[in-house]
Amino acid sequence: MLEILIQLLPSVLLEGLILGFVYAMIALGYTMVYGVLELINFAHSEIFMAGAVAGAETFILLKGVIANPFLLLALALLIGGTVAAVVAILVERLAYRPLRKRGTTNRLVPLITAIGVSFFLQDLVRLIEGLWHNAFYRRYPSFAVFEATYNLPNWIGVITIALTVWVGFWVLAYFGDWLLRRFKNRAPAKGRTLSLVAAGLTLVFLFLYRHVVFADLGMTIQMKSILVIVVSLAMLYGLNWLVHKTKLGIAIRAVAQDAQTASLMGIDPDVIVSRTFLIGGFLGGVAGVLFGLLYTLVHPYVGFIPGIKAFTAAVLGGIGNITGAAVGGLVLGMLEMLGGTYLTFLTNGAMGTEYKDILAFMILIFILLFRPQGIIGQQLGEKV
Amino acid sequence: MKKVLELKNVHTYYGQIHALKGINLEVYEGEIVTLIGANGAGKTTTLRTISGMIHPKEGEVLFEGAAVHHLPAHLIVKRGIGHVPEGRRIFPRLTVEENLEIGAFLENDRHKVEERKAEVFDLFPRLAERRKQLGGTLSGGEQQMLAIGRALMQDPRILLMDEPSMGLAPVLVDLIFETIAELNNRGKTILLVEQNALKALQVAHRGYVLQTGEITLSGPAKELAENEEVKRAYLGG
Repeated sequence: MLEILIQLLPSVLLEGLILGFVYAMIALGYTMVYGVLELINFAHSEIFMAGAVAGAETFILLKGVIANPFLLLALALLIGGTVAAVVAILVERLAYRPLRKRGTTNRLVPLITAIGVSFFLQDLVRLIEGLWHNAFYRRYPSFAVFEATYNLPNWIGVITIALTVWVGFWVLAYFGDWLLRRFKNRAPAKGRTLSLVAAGLTLVFLFLYRHVVFADLGMTIQMKSILVIVVSLAMLYGLNWLVHKTKLGIAIRAVAQDAQTASLMGIDPDVIVSRTFLIGGFLGGVAGVLFGLLYTLVHPYVGFIPGIKAFTAAVLGGIGNITGAAVGGLVLGMLEMLGGTYLTFLTNGAMGTEYKDILAFMILIFILLFRPQGIIGQQLGEKV
Repeated sequence: MKKVLELKNVHTYYGQIHALKGINLEVYEGEIVTLIGANGAGKTTTLRTISGMIHPKEGEVLFEGAAVHHLPAHLIVKRGIGHVPEGRRIFPRLTVEENLEIGAFLENDRHKVEERKAEVFDLFPRLAERRKQLGGTLSGGEQQMLAIGRALMQDPRILLMDEPSMGLAPVLVDLIFETIAELNNRGKTILLVEQNALKALQVAHRGYVLQTGEITLSGPAKELAENEEVKRAYLGG
């Protein structure tokens, strides 16, 4: 029993990581918009959906024209991202900005508008797809190259497991430290101490794994999963560069911190808000295409669950905090996979994978109850 | 002398509150003009009206002869009005250097941005030492230097300064006033709002006294400093 659990762990973590990257990219859209407008853009899940559907259409339309699946994917990512970005900009321009200009101070008004926009977009896409194809369920075509599985060489397995387990232990160590601080009034440990503790535990884990469980450390991974990881890493890296190294990025952070003073620098806050929606929308759209690549079936209502999970991830990491959204997405993806897999074993099959959603939302509730600023909310204190 | 800024019969409201009741004010090129008055007299409101953060209901704000009072704040900055806001308002989670860079948001010439940054660091060596530090971790005096430096990054033709000495230790107050004089020597036109009327009248060429939204006195700074009424109300004797 224990042996199976341990043996499953690396691949479960890897699957969680892949799902987590998708969540992270959607979560960034929520968090960036919250950063500049203090608005939870609930229509973001539909922006993600628009990207997923646009990606599916691209694949289906161009399948016969372009033979190379990788090129096709690149096009789908570009078109999915662009469509989602355009939808995001239009939503801001047509729905949120007029409300802002009217000077509504009630926070509930834009929130309800967001939910309304969300329904509107779902049914708009349904209408378009219905008129176009007479059906609104669209399937990503499958390609042999994408489905192919690869055996990861042992050393990649070791590194992957070490890294994922290290992150996991780091989070645990952080949580342990938080408990000590909270209930024993101890001074917070240094980040380096936590990293060392996590590294130590990781080594112990690897040792046990090799010498007690006698398991092979090789894993298999599908080509499409590799693609999801590569694309996500590239997007996250690009976003990090954009936010920290470019003038636009500094302006976005300035507006997020103090919009009025930013306008004294000659920044038009409306332009920056619009750009933020563009960036968040593009990331969401790319996430939509990757989601479609992983789960094949997309439809106008596909955004809801991943959207609200990504919102959970954003809250988990600390809403408004970019690093937090990325970390929150990865942590949530892994926790969900862990829960989904192990619940079946632990309850002898009484509770299955279907409980993973409940797990995610329980996390949301607990975070809101006990740590509303998120896991790295105030410590890093780096809002958008 | 060229008139840089002129307010003509400006009335500004906060909701129902009539904050400015017909302000007339002029600033000429190369001058330091100070606006003194008690709390709530409308000093900050005057500056906010000039830089477009609040719009007047009546009257005109003319900058280099052109009306600007209908423009949004970011376009007024573009014309050449720099504003060091009350309470410094630096961006707490941007580094010192990023705060300065964002000050030069409208300048697309990298070379000029670097040049101005070097000038600011020359003016405030303390900022150069702390360039990688987050704005929010600076002391009050350093934040004030950063706020002034940030406004200078726009290379404005007029600098509006709102209570730059507020809440600072005496040594730093002196430093800030020295800086104001130095900036003026380098050719900057300055409109200075101050509660520290004594210091403000020492450094300024001309002054206006503001009382509950109206200008009650104006004239050369030296004369105002000698004025019995001003002495009694603002100079503590």
